[in-house]
Amino acid sequence: MTAVPAFTPSTAEARRVLYQLVLCRGFEERVLKLVTDGSIRGTTHPYVGQEAVAVGACLVLRPQDWVISTHRGHGHLLAKGGDPNRLMAELFGKATGYGGGKGGTQHMADFAIGHLGSNGITGGGIPIGTGAALSAKLRGSGQVVVIFFGDGAANQGTFHESLNLAGLWRLPAVYVCENNLYAMSTPHREACAIEHIADRAAAYGMPGMQADGMDVQAVAAATRVAVERARAGRGPTLLECKTYRFLGHSKSDQRVYRSREEEASWRERDPIARWRALMLEHGWAGAADLDAITREALAAVDAAVEFARQSPFPAPEALTEGVFATPGESCAN
Amino acid sequence: MRELTYWQALQEALREALQRDPLVFLLGEDIGEYGGAFGVTRGLLAEFGAERIRCTPISEATIAGAAIGAAVTGMRPVVEIMFMDFLTLTMDQLANHAAKFRYMYGPQARVPLVLRTPAGGGRSYGATHSQSLEAWFLHVPGIKVVAPATPADAKGLLAAAILDDNPVLVVEHKLLYATTGMVPDGEVLVPIGRAAVRRPGSDVTLVAYSYYAGVALQAAEQLAAEGIDAEVIDLRTLVPMDTGAVIESVRKTGRLVCIEEGTRSGGVGAEIAARVSELAYEYLDGPIRRVAAADVPIPFSPPLEQLDLPQLADIVDTARQLCRG
Ligand SMILES: Cc1ncc(C[n+]2csc(CCOP(=O)(O)OP(=O)(O)O)c2C)c(N)n1
Repeated sequence: MTAVPAFTPSTAEARRVLYQLVLCRGFEERVLKLVTDGSIRGTTHPYVGQEAVAVGACLVLRPQDWVISTHRGHGHLLAKGGDPNRLMAELFGKATGYGGGKGGTQHMADFAIGHLGSNGITGGGIPIGTGAALSAKLRGSGQVVVIFFGDGAANQGTFHESLNLAGLWRLPAVYVCENNLYAMSTPHREACAIEHIADRAAAYGMPGMQADGMDVQAVAAATRVAVERARAGRGPTLLECKTYRFLGHSKSDQRVYRSREEEASWRERDPIARWRALMLEHGWAGAADLDAITREALAAVDAAVEFARQSPFPAPEALTEGVFATPGESCAN
Repeated sequence: MRELTYWQALQEALREALQRDPLVFLLGEDIGEYGGAFGVTRGLLAEFGAERIRCTPISEATIAGAAIGAAVTGMRPVVEIMFMDFLTLTMDQLANHAAKFRYMYGPQARVPLVLRTPAGGGRSYGATHSQSLEAWFLHVPGIKVVAPATPADAKGLLAAAILDDNPVLVVEHKLLYATTGMVPDGEVLVPIGRAAVRRPGSDVTLVAYSYYAGVALQAAEQLAAEGIDAEVIDLRTLVPMDTGAVIESVRKTGRLVCIEEGTRSGGVGAEIAARVSELAYEYLDGPIRRVAAADVPIPFSPPLEQLDLPQLADIVDTARQLCRG
């Protein structure tokens, strides 16, 4: 096991962490309501409970580093610095959304902040993130790529191919597995021959690490080790964060495959409550401060809903536009 | 201009792109010292080094995905997939990701990715090493498809593909690699999306691409000896397809034969036939005919394979019937 030095945030970082945790949580809870009342169509995969992973991992990244995300991706985008307004507008299918309303919940990207896209195909983003890491290496850009995926995705062939390639070529990639114990209804123990996904790292010539995915500090500390290793040209890391989604897989999930007791035990480890306690304990903020930060984050959610509601739907011409890039088109890279 | 083989012409396009642009690199199985399954990359490793002529493990899905990731972050990867049949393993990455990035993510997303692959039968390689699967890509908007028939087009279309900001599938043909033709020196670009009239004619239009463009020309020679004047259109690009060139030709000839190596149902010929009957029905003097492979896996046994794949005589017979009734 790699030794992991403790991660102690600055006061400003600590406040930002709380803001982002509450933003991610508040955003998802609001989205669920909006899906239920029909304001948002389609489906949604709430990130509630797992916020410490995205927030902790992105905390130690530079703005120019890349992340690549999954179907449960709103938290990754927000934690990397995404704009809640454009994210919400995309969920509404509005022209002001990240993809002009053409992508939806599982398909949005913001290259300007180093976000390479969320993904509707389980395991589909793992090779693409690997290629971004190859690109960073070839260009000598010093960028690191964090590739988020679930325990379910870790059983896809792309996981194995990609880690093999990254290990072989010592790519600056950090593979962050969010092991929330279930892939839809399938328990990890019924889908994977070993308990710890991190143990698979040995097969691909890279270190495997585990972190408490309910604890921002633990995730940030482990990610920092992996990122520094990648940045120093020493190759990739597989980091498994043990976490839990508090809600169903998607909006319609009745959660028949797991017990309420199990859910309650994980709720006791709520990353937000934990972070608030930590902030008070270290004197990074007072109780009134914490409430103010919380209100501010929730106000951003309100504003995002308002922005999305006020935004226009895409013009009919948008249907057939943009299948291909055209010469001279503006772009971020 | 000098005479080159098809594989040399492809290699020249790769070499010139590698020389011109440091962002271009090659990715694929056995493309180093071995030179790729059909020799296109031989010598390039010594010239450009292992960073840029990057040999991969046998991991088609991840080769394609990694190329997408590299392309959207600023590189210009050129992938070789050893046989077109192995595109099956890359399909998620190509169809669900490469083809959709620009549409879903907006103008920030460009996927300047080229994927070269040898297609086609005629060598008794059997059912998993002989297919022509290009028709699949007519059904996934977002990927361009080119299928050069001559060395000059091989060079010019590959060069254009590498400069293009979109994913481009370059369908090469196993039976063409050793064929020769005159190829211009230096950078040549054949515009993607434009067909070529290989032989003007007034009685019947033969539309083909890749290896079968040459077979169609031979058929036209035979037909000429019988007094039938066939026009041969080489599509060169399947996506976007130069429908206008086909219609233009049908307008003159009134008759159309669509020729392809892939299986008949849902094929390229079916698409051309549909477009012409939608857009230019009034010019037709007879039914549109298709020459294509049977709807069977490609058999190994040489006589069976020949029976399955379209032959010169099939094209001649079909055109003759159409013209003589
Ligand atoms: C290739 C593919 N197979 C199946 C699905 C349907 N699906 C969506 S999410 C999911 C579970 C993924 O589990 P995991 O990777 O652990 O992520 P989690 O949902 O737990 O965050 C499944 C089966 C899909 N989207 N793509």
